[in-house]
Parts: sequence; C-alpha cells; structure tokens
Amino acid sequence: MDCLPKPKLFKRLFYQFITMINIFKNLFGRFFRKKKQVKLGLYGPPNGGKTTLANKICEDWLGEPMGSVSSLAHETREVQIKEKVVIKSKSGKELAFNLVDTPGIATRIDYEDFVKEGMNETEAKERAKEATKGVISSIKWLDDMDAVIVVLDATKDPYSQVNLTIIGNLEARKTPVLVVANKIDLKKADIKKIQSAFPQYKVLGVSAKTALHIEEFYDTLFEVVK
Amino acid sequence: MLTLQFIPYTEIEQLSSSKRISKLLHLVKGDKIILLEGRLRREEEAELIKRTMESIGPKFSGIELSVVYPNNKDQAFFRKVKQVFINLVLGDRQGMTIIGPANVVKEIKQHPDKIQLFTKETSSVKKKKKK
Repeated sequence: MDCLPKPKLFKRLFYQFITMINIFKNLFGRFFRKKKQVKLGLYGPPNGGKTTLANKICEDWLGEPMGSVSSLAHETREVQIKEKVVIKSKSGKELAFNLVDTPGIATRIDYEDFVKEGMNETEAKERAKEATKGVISSIKWLDDMDAVIVVLDATKDPYSQVNLTIIGNLEARKTPVLVVANKIDLKKADIKKIQSAFPQYKVLGVSAKTALHIEEFYDTLFEVVK
Repeated sequence: MLTLQFIPYTEIEQLSSSKRISKLLHLVKGDKIILLEGRLRREEEAELIKRTMESIGPKFSGIELSVVYPNNKDQAFFRKVKQVFINLVLGDRQGMTIIGPANVVKEIKQHPDKIQLFTKETSSVKKKKKK
C-alpha cells in the first residue's frame, strides 16, 4: 500500500471505510432501526360506516375527526391516513397504529345513481370517476395492511361478493381481521346473519354513530393488532 | 334478450391471470352473462374488480359478480384432502362464477345454498344504450 500514489491510496481507504460502515450497519442496524408503524385499515363496501368509525376512533384518541361522512355512497374517494393513533386499555396497555380509512369497494359505479340522489350530471360524472379511482387505490392498499377492520352494515345482506372477495383476499394474505357489524342501533340490524356468513372471524356489533359497544371494540383491537 | 355464455374451466386453464381477466371482461362488455366453471383465485377476483373500475365509462358501469362455492366444512377429513389434491392438479373447478354487466344485471343475491339473479328491464337497458 505504501508504494501506491497518494490519490489511489485515498480512494482505497475511502472504499474500505465505506465497507466497514456497511458491515457495521448490517450487524447493528436492526437495533437502531425505527420501529415500523402498524397500519390498521378500514375496509368494506360503500356506506358501511368506515369513516364514521374512523372519526369516532380519531375523536376519542386524537381529539379531531378524520373525514366527512354522508348518506350518499362513495363519500370517501381517497385513502385517508391518520398517523400515530394511540389507544389505551383499562389496564394501561397502549396500542399505536396508523389508521387507514379506505374508499368503499364496489363492482359497479353508475353516475346516474348520483343524479337520482339530486346531483347535476357533471358533478355526478366527476364523483363516479373519482369513486372508481378510490376503489382501485383501496385494492392496491390491501398489500400494505398489517391488520384490517372490515366494516359491514348490519342492516344489509352480508353475502355479497364484494364482502367475500375482501375477506378472501385478506385470508390469502394472512392479514388479521376483525369484522365489525356496524349500525346495530337500527332496528333492522342482524348480527347473527353476519356471524353465520363469516364464522371464522370474530364479529363485533357496534354503532359508530351512537358509540354503542365502542369500549368493547377498543378492547378487541388489542387482540387483533399485534 | 339475455345471452348466457358458459365457459368451461379448460378454456381459461392455460391462460395467465391477466389474460383470464381480459377475456372475461371482454365478454361481459359485450352484454353477456358469463357462467364460468370453477372460480378465479382470490387475487384474481380483486384484480377483476380493479380492472372493471379502470374500464368504467359512459357505456360500461361495471359488473355484478357472484361465486357459488360448495360448502366443504362438514366433509370428512379424507374427502377434504382429496379435494385439495384435485384442486392442485386440475385447478379449482369446484363451484361456479357468475359475471354479468351492471347495465343488464341489477343484482345477484347470494345465499348459502342458492343464488338469485335479477335483471334490469330490457327497455331501460336499451334506453341507456341509445344515450
């Protein structure tokens, strides 16, 4: 090495230094690496109450809502994320996650349905276009979820192919799932029907709007998100 | 007039996932209701929904989809293993997949043991097509 000209010597020393750093990084990196944030997704068909539930969680633990809600389908047309939501159990345990509210998944979107609800044609077409993009992004995000809450409207028939496809895809990815039967404050709600449709999962009846059984919901999250 | 087209599993068996979905979507866009022998893989079902959304426009408002699948929960262990083996060798030919264009099929109601397919009135379909 002594007989090498100075620039070459510096170059070689520089490369040796970089190699040493990489070895050090590989050996000890995992001790210093930032802990990955758990992503908890809210999935389901449109108008199941995903954003209402997301708002309830965010209001309870962050003091601010997540997004707007509407009785009109496809109100959420973009994936919304609230980072660092920390919930606490009665025993003092803490659970931190990034909450991901996704647009409702559907197999059909017709702008005329929005026109029937009172929108003008231009607005309806724009909403339909955004809604299709929303469904695509929801499906793309399936791969990134660490745990998922499937939010279903307890007053509606659970045997829809959209529900079966969402749950089947999560099952194939081995993603932990909690099925929430929402809107149980309504007379027509039928949790048993949802339980018999998805017997392999825990089904929890809640009302995100009236906060019915919401404490039980938070307790169950500790079992699902690990 | 309604057109039902039966597709045997052998017709899609050799195709890649992407080509399977393209073939099915092409037929559905031609206003046909497809009765596919067997089922798509779970990821293919999600991909079908994704590709459907990408195709939505003034003349195509999406699909109605339903998979009828036999309930194997109460089967004996040996029969279950046999079925898994058959699926591995021959592909998932069990059950049936129904896919219809949303402008023809109003709703497919799925029950554990039966399926109900409701179509839109032909006149309203024609009206929409003229637009």
